[in-house]
Amino acid sequence: MSAPISKESWQYREMNTRAPSLSVLSDTLIELAEAGHPVAAGTADLQYSNGLVGFAQRYPDRFVQFGISEQNMVSAAAGMATTGLVPYVATFASFLGLLACEQIRMDIAYCAQPVRLIGHHTGISLGFYGTSHHATEDISTMRAIADLTVISPADGAQFAQLLRESATYPEPIYFRIGRGHDPAVYDPQEEFRIGKAKVHGIGDDITIIACGYAVHGAKAAKEALEAKGHSVGLIDMHTVKPLDEDAVRQAAERSKVILTVEEHNILGGLGSAVAEIMAENPGKARLKRHGIMDEYSLIAPPTHLYKHYKLDAAGIEEVAAALI
Amino acid sequence: MQNTELTEAEIELLQDKAQFVRLETLRLISIAKVGHYSSVFSCAEIFASLYYDVMSIRRGEPGWPDRDRFLMGKGHAAVGLFPILADLDFFDKSWLDNYTRLGSPLGDHPDMRKVPGVDFSSGSIGHALSNGVGMMHGARMQGKEFNAFVMLGDGEMQEGQVWEAALNAAGHGLSNLVAIVDRNGYQLDGKVDDVLGVEPLDEKWRAFGWEVHTVDGHDVVALTELLRRVKADKMRTKPCCIIAKTSKGKGVDYMESEPGWHLGYLAPEDTERARQMILTQNGEQS
Repeated sequence: MSAPISKESWQYREMNTRAPSLSVLSDTLIELAEAGHPVAAGTADLQYSNGLVGFAQRYPDRFVQFGISEQNMVSAAAGMATTGLVPYVATFASFLGLLACEQIRMDIAYCAQPVRLIGHHTGISLGFYGTSHHATEDISTMRAIADLTVISPADGAQFAQLLRESATYPEPIYFRIGRGHDPAVYDPQEEFRIGKAKVHGIGDDITIIACGYAVHGAKAAKEALEAKGHSVGLIDMHTVKPLDEDAVRQAAERSKVILTVEEHNILGGLGSAVAEIMAENPGKARLKRHGIMDEYSLIAPPTHLYKHYKLDAAGIEEVAAALI
Repeated sequence: MQNTELTEAEIELLQDKAQFVRLETLRLISIAKVGHYSSVFSCAEIFASLYYDVMSIRRGEPGWPDRDRFLMGKGHAAVGLFPILADLDFFDKSWLDNYTRLGSPLGDHPDMRKVPGVDFSSGSIGHALSNGVGMMHGARMQGKEFNAFVMLGDGEMQEGQVWEAALNAAGHGLSNLVAIVDRNGYQLDGKVDDVLGVEPLDEKWRAFGWEVHTVDGHDVVALTELLRRVKADKMRTKPCCIIAKTSKGKGVDYMESEPGWHLGYLAPEDTERARQMILTQNGEQS
């Protein structure tokens, strides 16, 4: 006879299996399947972490449990796509954009198969799981692969919108999402398009260009600095590739400083993508890249890490203020 | 339904097509001036048996959705596949004449984006069985009954991803998936069993939950009859692995005895001698 499980334990479990901004993955896929889209899904022993268990229960015949075999999952998703399906395969970002990088290049991107790769728990969001589970290089590796779209949504509402668009998007996509407890930035009615940045104004003093989890802190930092009398802009660059170059150029022409903020190594990610455009289109602005400074992240709970690496509102405000 | 036993005419056709594959391989590599002769020669009968007998395909219709699929983990043998795809009217035969030249769709490895009839690109060893696994999941999800035949190199058995795919196929009961291991015994650096032993191969596949058969990969009759039986067996719940014992360089004596021919170039007079040897050998068999 096992002892009854305390309510507190259950609450903890509930919290972890119902991560709000991740549950949209399963919910949106169910919605797409119900609307007649030929979507299929798969995961590598993480159906509870990414919430795909919901889709699996609703559409067991459209779901494949791959077990812990990420490279096989990616290559198989490509094979599945050749039969007319649009497969969504999900696992931790570190095991997708890094471990299965070559399979993504050869079987998905080069072969132009409409697979949607969902790298979840990206960046440092797995906290004290440590470097093996952190993904601070995945934008860099995925961005270097031709014909692969790279999207880093700011929150669940934005992710849901872009997932809907992905059902009929012609190219393969790598989605880079957090652990599902990311704070909400947008109203569910807000509209987004793949490849089109969400511009929250261009500032005369500074414009922050951010993606993913960092958008929330950047938005709060913008508001705090504006309250202190500064002119601050913000661009949510949810699609890192293809990059909205016009948005970057406009900001570079008007702002004194561009600050890029990402939960990623400053090498190869959003900051590098913006730097490439600014280097080829000299404007008024100088550039500062903020993120993980080419180092392996420490062990700590996620919120402590965000504070340590100045990726929360206070940290981004501090970095931005020093540049004004 | 097809009989399992081959007629004289069917045997002759398959022997002719295997010879055609070898001769065309000589011709195409003489254009590229380097290529994997012996890697094709070991699997010429496998190509012939699948494309001219076992697989459900439609001449001139490479995209027919219900066709059987063929994938090759040993993509470097594509020079032997291209002449067959052209012969089946999947693309114009004149493409072959510019094999590997600047802008040609035909290179050392098969490319599905460039060559009609290539069911999946390859070149990076170890992906193909996974690609086939995905196709079979896709078929099952949509109620389709086509098969996937995945030809693997024996050196490829050293790739971990092959065994991830093997586990998946057995675990999900993908019985329409057939792996054919071209067990020619050699890889780039020498004998497979010297480089990194893979035996006992049959026991490995069996232990991974597959039905396993071993056959002489150059005996078109035994090979084709086995493939026909395997395809027709609708009672099987497991995926099936066929270990085809072959000889690298089969058909050209000095290639058979010298494994260095994995990759090479024959001067025109040697190409002609090899051609004569292949022509004579086929004559002796029939």
